[in-house]
Amino acid sequence: MLHGQGLFQEEHEAFRRTVRAVVEKELRPFAQEWEAKEEFPRELFRRFGELGFLGLKYPEAYGGSAAGELYEAVLLEELGRCGSGGVSAGLGAQFTISTGPLHLFGTEDQKHRWLAPAIRGEKVGALGITEPDAGSDVAGIRTTAHRDGDHYVINGSKTYITNGVRADFVVLAVKTDPSRGHKGLSMVVVEKGTPGFSVGRKLQKLGWRASDTAELFFEDCRVPAENLLGVEGQGFSQIMGNFQWERLSLALGAVGAMDDMLETALEHVKQRRAFGQTLSGFQVVRHKLAELFTSRECARQLTYHALRLHLAGEYAVAQTSMAKKVATETCCRVADECLQLHGGAGYMMEYDIQRHWRDARLGPIGGGTSEVMNEIIAKQLGL
Amino acid sequence: MKILVTAKRVEDPESKIKVKPDGSGIVQEGLKYKINPFDEIGVEEGLRLAAKHGGEVVVVSIGTKDVQEQLRHALAMGATRAVWVNHAGALDQLGIAALLQKVVEKEKPDLVVLGKQSIDDDQNQVGQYLAEFLGWGQATFASKVESLESEAEKNKVPAVALTADGKAVRVVREVDNGLATLEVQLPAVVTTDLRLNQPRYASLPGIMKAKSKPIEELTPEKLGVDVTPRIQVLKMSAPPARKAGIKVPDVATLVEKLHNEAKVV
Ligand SMILES: Cc1cc2nc3c(=O)[nH]c(=O)nc-3n(C[C@H](O)[C@H](O)[C@H](O)COP(=O)(O)OP(=O)(O)OC[C@H]3O[C@@H](n4cnc5c(N)ncnc54)[C@H](O)[C@@H]3O)c2cc1C
Repeated sequence: MLHGQGLFQEEHEAFRRTVRAVVEKELRPFAQEWEAKEEFPRELFRRFGELGFLGLKYPEAYGGSAAGELYEAVLLEELGRCGSGGVSAGLGAQFTISTGPLHLFGTEDQKHRWLAPAIRGEKVGALGITEPDAGSDVAGIRTTAHRDGDHYVINGSKTYITNGVRADFVVLAVKTDPSRGHKGLSMVVVEKGTPGFSVGRKLQKLGWRASDTAELFFEDCRVPAENLLGVEGQGFSQIMGNFQWERLSLALGAVGAMDDMLETALEHVKQRRAFGQTLSGFQVVRHKLAELFTSRECARQLTYHALRLHLAGEYAVAQTSMAKKVATETCCRVADECLQLHGGAGYMMEYDIQRHWRDARLGPIGGGTSEVMNEIIAKQLGL
Repeated sequence: MKILVTAKRVEDPESKIKVKPDGSGIVQEGLKYKINPFDEIGVEEGLRLAAKHGGEVVVVSIGTKDVQEQLRHALAMGATRAVWVNHAGALDQLGIAALLQKVVEKEKPDLVVLGKQSIDDDQNQVGQYLAEFLGWGQATFASKVESLESEAEKNKVPAVALTADGKAVRVVREVDNGLATLEVQLPAVVTTDLRLNQPRYASLPGIMKAKSKPIEELTPEKLGVDVTPRIQVLKMSAPPARKAGIKVPDVATLVEKLHNEAKVV
């Protein structure tokens, strides 16, 4: 089946084969072990850096390949098939959400300090927006950064931060002027080891278990003013800008994960027998799979559509939100139905489908919930 | 050092292979294809040799336009240029070896590295025929002494070793009762076994560069080779499905069955 005709060219497909080979040899065989350990080796960041996977859309001056977002789209889709949402989340956070703002808003000096080593996989990055009292309501965050001479003094806390435990730097959303609502938001980079910055416990999760997710605390944490990204007060639009690629990346990952589940389910129904025939012998099973493949195709094509618009430089906020919502929600439903097709085996830890089922559940929550996506779409409708 | 390597297009072993009901071949719809893994090992060994001793790797494939995908893969791995022998119909191993002979005579490499066999029909003949046609020495089933996890492997050191005078290669071969070492005068033909090396991935810069590397098109007619097959495939059929095994209660029963039913002890 040709999925992305007219979008991916021959060289993208060649790159897909390379990524798939890496996933098959270096990730998939270890997915179960890393999930059980609740950690993947830190070395993987460096390995991905070596393979050039962490800088596909970044300029060559910082060690990237400037190949473009479409190559990264291929990488995201293929990572969705690695069998561990946690691994793709941890690695994905490195090349999407945490380095994205550095690339878009950082100065030359900031890019050399954080973007370049992140592209090499030497430094691990995290993006810290969500707080115990503010998730969907980004403008409602309470972490403050007061200017004091040539420093900012940061106070507050963050939670659910991917790569939080291991991060060498955190791109942090702060209120530089709490009196100005969303116009008082800014982004500032905090390095590991800065006095006053501490990492709380590693959080226990339903899925994405191989990724590290942490609470971060800031107590009179003094950060040089030169760590500010871009202009003070621009944080909200910076965050919203960065969200576009994050949402597309979650949609692409969901599509890749669905490919993996459906391929496995298809084989399963052809092998497993009941009442004297294979499961695929039952019309209800055949039709179920026909519907699931159709749903996946809808999700994939909407995602590709949003991706095309994004790549063409269009203002595709509505389509990106639609794609994120449809792809991640479809992924949950497909995971659930595929689990059902596995019967009791689907409930057993040794089968991949249970992990997909747990991992998929994050999709409609992370990177902006489905309800928030609806809000954005409604706003685009003028409502 | 000039090295010629091969890149046959074969069915991806991950695809489900089905024989057509009339036995005339396999069902091709929905199949994925890739470079023959043994050839990919050959490309890798060629690149390692060229990196160590200088020189270039030229890759050749025979088939329809589709084989350009495998040529591009080898080019993306690092081969300098490609030769494509455009041919659509059936070919047997003698025809392939005859075509390769002409390509070798044209290219004049110091070494030809091929997979020991291709994973589609597992013939294991072309390398041997080619050496015979050329009148060259051959070292088949090239392997290595160190493991695939060794430092040498990580540093991509070639296992096929050029002798000090540069006139021969030393090749460790996998044979039934262990490893044998052969020294072959150059030019020579080497065929690769599975444990020779771990082929590199085609990197993104490699993929980009491959787009502009030249692929020269030849045909059997241009090379003056009559490729009419001398072997005719009469019928293909799937191997019989394996029957379920049985469980025996104890060793005595096992021995009894091996003796009286299987007649192996
Ligand atoms: C595994 C994991 C990893 C994460 N990684 C990161 C990270 O790296 N960095 C980071 O900053 N954050 C991260 N997050 C946080 C994530 O982005 C938030 O959890 C998410 O945006 C939702 O915010 P919340 O949890 O505060 O939920 P809430 O905002 O409290 O929402 C609760 C419910 O209310 C609904 N709701 C809220 N507002 C509205 C509204 N206006 N209309 C209708 N319904 C509404 C929501 O949709 C949801 O159903 C991560 C979360 C998880 C679980």
